[in-house]
Amino acid sequence: MPDIPRRGLLAGLAALGTGACSELGNTDAAGAVFDAAEDWHRAAHRTLASRQGLAPEYAPEDRSPDVKGNGSVTVDNDIYRDQLAKGFPDWRLSVCGLVETPLRLSIEELKALPQRTQITRHDCVEGWSAIAEWSGPQLGALLDTAKIKPEANFIVFWCADILYGEQYYESVDLVDAYHPQTIIAHELNGAPLPEKNGAPLRMRIERQLGYKHAKYLTAIEAVADLAPIGKGKGGFWEDEYDYQWYAGI
Amino acid sequence: MKRHALSTRLWHWINAAALAVLFMSGLGISNAHRHLYWGNFGYDPADAWLHVVRFPGWITLPSTYNLAASRDWHNIGAWVFGIALLFMWIAMLVNRHYVRDIVTCTHDWSPRHWWHILRSNPREHETLDGAKYNSLQKIAYGVVLGVLLPIMIFTGLAISPGFEPAAPWLIEILGGRQSARSIHFIAAWAIAAFFVAHIVMVFAGGAWKLVRDMITGGRVETKKKGYFDA
Repeated sequence: MPDIPRRGLLAGLAALGTGACSELGNTDAAGAVFDAAEDWHRAAHRTLASRQGLAPEYAPEDRSPDVKGNGSVTVDNDIYRDQLAKGFPDWRLSVCGLVETPLRLSIEELKALPQRTQITRHDCVEGWSAIAEWSGPQLGALLDTAKIKPEANFIVFWCADILYGEQYYESVDLVDAYHPQTIIAHELNGAPLPEKNGAPLRMRIERQLGYKHAKYLTAIEAVADLAPIGKGKGGFWEDEYDYQWYAGI
Repeated sequence: MKRHALSTRLWHWINAAALAVLFMSGLGISNAHRHLYWGNFGYDPADAWLHVVRFPGWITLPSTYNLAASRDWHNIGAWVFGIALLFMWIAMLVNRHYVRDIVTCTHDWSPRHWWHILRSNPREHETLDGAKYNSLQKIAYGVVLGVLLPIMIFTGLAISPGFEPAAPWLIEILGGRQSARSIHFIAAWAIAAFFVAHIVMVFAGGAWKLVRDMITGGRVETKKKGYFDA
């Protein structure tokens, strides 16, 4: 939990219920309180459930007819369209950054790893939910193969899609990276991942909202600090629109 | 003796502020996907049981659409609201406000008696057996404190995917995540309806004195004077 200036905390709390909330929401003090509240929620969730506590898994008949495509629903360039048409023979996933052995894996190589299949619920920050079966290797196993270095604190997911003019990326801490349900999905309901859902690869971060589940995945980077990346807030939505980095609420 | 305990007054105003922030930021969040569903999943407006209006800027927080900012306000408001409600429940069990003033007896549940209360002058109203609140007040306060406000906490937790592994049964008994979201919305409007009735009754019963008493604590008077008096 970051060091919260006490003055900021009090100023923010005192402002609750005043008529100037919208203005106040833009001040640094309010930002500090909002960040603190987000950290308290994360700490509470992880205290109440075990750190490796599982998101519910459903029966095949509980699945929704579809999983809505949201945000980017394609990657708008010729290389992607060509690879999509051919079944992604040349797509590579890099595992890089603070690892002893960087990896570069094809879709076939990812499919050859031990797989996890899970029927889980996808909750969008907007409020809607869908249920589907996702399959792929666990991120934790991949990080172990690459031998993540002790100084790594976060895992960054790099994506091929450009949303509103910016490259999409996301990040999680090592608790979520090593969570058993955190997988690199290449299948949705037993078929190759559809274009709108992030073909050929997307992350599943089952205890957080949909914007953390990076689509069109090209690289997984272990880093010590998120500050030097993008605008420093840990993801596309965090950088561009001030979304909460912890999306478990 | 004070008519309202310090704990009651503190909670009343903190809760009022927290609910204002939660309700208005919640309406901003509602604008992100204006359809409500039953069950665990729901994303297609064709499957919705309710299409919600787009709430205008004067009633949302912030006043322009900003899902991230609405969620920031909602997430901090939830802490204030939840901790304050827990404090109030402990306080009113310890100081016996709950048992003495809010718990009803069978006489309180007579529709004829409710009709009598509604027809009488709020400023000259009498209560049963010299109780602090009349039957409709007891029932309204009891339902808000014991049912609606706790429902907001539990359905709010149930909507949070990060909380779900701690108590998956909670989401199940609520009928699934989208049901929890629908109940969260319904209960929020039930609380808003209480708020309107509460304000109307405060004005009918003598707003200046009632608001002042909820700030200073007031005094227990032997002479019955007003709707909210013992």
